[in-house]
Amino acid sequence: MKIAVQREDFDAGAEIRALSRDAKVGAVASFVGVVREVPMTLEHYAGMTEREIGKIVEEAKSRWRVMDCTVIHRYGELKPTDQIVLVVVASAHRGDAFAACEFVMDYLKTRAPFWKKEQTPEGTRWVEARASDDLAAERWQPKFADSKKLG
Amino acid sequence: MRIKVLFFAGLREQLGTAGEEIELPAGIATLAGLRDHLRARGGNYEKALSEKALVRMAVNQEMAKPGATLGQGDEVAFFPPVTGG
Repeated sequence: MKIAVQREDFDAGAEIRALSRDAKVGAVASFVGVVREVPMTLEHYAGMTEREIGKIVEEAKSRWRVMDCTVIHRYGELKPTDQIVLVVVASAHRGDAFAACEFVMDYLKTRAPFWKKEQTPEGTRWVEARASDDLAAERWQPKFADSKKLG
Repeated sequence: MRIKVLFFAGLREQLGTAGEEIELPAGIATLAGLRDHLRARGGNYEKALSEKALVRMAVNQEMAKPGATLGQGDEVAFFPPVTGG
């Protein structure tokens, strides 16, 4: 399990390979979030961010057969085409890997304390939370409510 | 009771501060009470922490509800809904 919140870029290929070394692993699913169109600054709540991501990963492990998981999220100044976030999930089979990877991303977007500020030609503006992100996270809710692991 | 209050993102900019240490007056024991207390300062605080403002709160780095009770030395954070990922 690896959770990193960092300014530096990451090597997604190397992170994926690192989770493929166990002979019991049969599926590695990954997601890379990339800055689209507008330069931005990402702020976060150091300490709480790592804790929240940790709780999300633990929740994913309790719901799917996850053998290993890596989450890297960047902060600071980012420009279009820069990588922002990486989620890699290793499992025996693809179903668990795909589902857990998507779950971690959906929860990360609505729970991890990050805030994006975009630099548009008209000036800077804080990105507003999107209802569609809440809905994406909520669709995992019924099972989630049973476990009561995240507050 | 002495606590640490932190503000993030748009809220930090609106208030012009990343946070402060506060000596809570007796009788204020919850997160909602603290928010009311800060709002009573008026000006930007009244606006940024108004009932209508979408503000999330955390106590000791855990998301918390308005009814959460506060204790000596707690770290309380106010921030807008998150937009990472």
